Amino acid sequence: MAMIEMKGVSKWYGSFQVLADCTTSVDKGEVVVVCGPSGSGKSTLIKCVNALEPFQKGDVIVDGISVGDPKTDLPKLRSRVGMVFQHFELFPHMSVSDNLALAQVKVLGRSKDEATARGMKYLERVGLTAHAQKYPGQLSGGQQQRVAIARALSMDPIAMLFDEPTSALDPEMINEVLDVMVQLAEEGMTMMVVTHEMGFARKVAHRVIFMDRGEIVEDAKKDDFFGKPRSERAVQFLSKILHH
Amino acid sequence: MLDLSFFDWDVISRFVAKGFWFSVQLTAIAMVGGVFFGTLLAMMRLSGRKWLELPAATYVNGMRSIPLVMVILWFYLLIPFAIGRPIGAELSAIITFTAFEAAYYSEIMRAGIQSIPRGQVWAGQALGLNYWQTMGSVVLPQAFRNMLPVLLTQTIILFQDTSLVYAIGAYDLLKGFESAGRNYGRPIEAYLLAAVVYFVICFGLSYVVKRLQARLAVPGKL
Repeated sequence: MAMIEMKGVSKWYGSFQVLADCTTSVDKGEVVVVCGPSGSGKSTLIKCVNALEPFQKGDVIVDGISVGDPKTDLPKLRSRVGMVFQHFELFPHMSVSDNLALAQVKVLGRSKDEATARGMKYLERVGLTAHAQKYPGQLSGGQQQRVAIARALSMDPIAMLFDEPTSALDPEMINEVLDVMVQLAEEGMTMMVVTHEMGFARKVAHRVIFMDRGEIVEDAKKDDFFGKPRSERAVQFLSKILHH
Repeated sequence: MLDLSFFDWDVISRFVAKGFWFSVQLTAIAMVGGVFFGTLLAMMRLSGRKWLELPAATYVNGMRSIPLVMVILWFYLLIPFAIGRPIGAELSAIITFTAFEAAYYSEIMRAGIQSIPRGQVWAGQALGLNYWQTMGSVVLPQAFRNMLPVLLTQTIILFQDTSLVYAIGAYDLLKGFESAGRNYGRPIEAYLLAAVVYFVICFGLSYVVKRLQARLAVPGKL
């Protein structure tokens, strides 16, 4: 069953087309990695899933609900889809604990105590309980990103979107974030992940989407993508990022 | 020769205190009201909707292009025509200052809101917060912190500007000193003392601003 379904999504900035007729889907429990050169529209595509980026044509269906329908309650839909950003985007003026509790209280209507307790549970998962009272600026990048993952998980999402979650991290911190993501994937979380970490893709992805110039050039099972990519552009891309 | 001997507690309580109190009230009300309406104006200008942007921009640019003393005068003189009776110099001054300061505070708030990275808004929205929740919990608290020194500096200027209500005869701090000076035949000394009081208050406030800035700094952020 498709949890996320993208149907002919197209988007323009003025006359410049950033997404061209993108069609794909992510099934429940599936992990899909989106890769491609920079400026290929990967981040824009994943932001269309929860309508952070509006699109002009096509539609996205998340758990049966149309994102493009103007009658759709977007905040409600977004609250059910977790998102992790390249630059973490923790709220710097709040403690880690309050970062985790904020949306649980404001959106889901949980009590502050319940929200804090749940937050702590997920903070424990990512191994950061000792830092609950700190502020984001006092944590390393890797720690901040793990808090961001915990923050998204504490909303009990039906799917998780990752937009280049390790691109802004120092190399020694990449693995601590990837480990959390691998664990999530193995637990059966539905995930759509924009990343250049092909090791992660090989390990847990079911499918790989390759984008270039706003188009989905390849959408294949992981083994097919790495074993025998069909398009010349994907071959070139893979040779560039795998051999160095 | 300067003779400051007339200035004692009696003079303070009879002439100065009342004026001082009004100046403080006027500053406080115009600041709170100005920040509130200024924030609304800033949000209108950043809403991306022409029908909200245009009136807000017109208002702000209009207000900022007219000298305050003229706004004070015109409002005071025109209001009796508009509602059929005068509302008094004090109330008139309070309304005028709030409306005028809103234009200045809105520009400060606009810069503050724009200083918050887009990703912060995305993060709020992605968690399911609606527009008002994202503004109230994520954007504005950070914008206020960034803007606090400028907001308070504007408030110090506002306190100085309250002396402009002399144009409509409202009884403020300056007027208090002026009356005392006239009663005792010591106008120069009274104006000198007034200047000292304005200086002490404004200099003291700017010191408070510096201290507050250090106190409000978010841990781990430069």
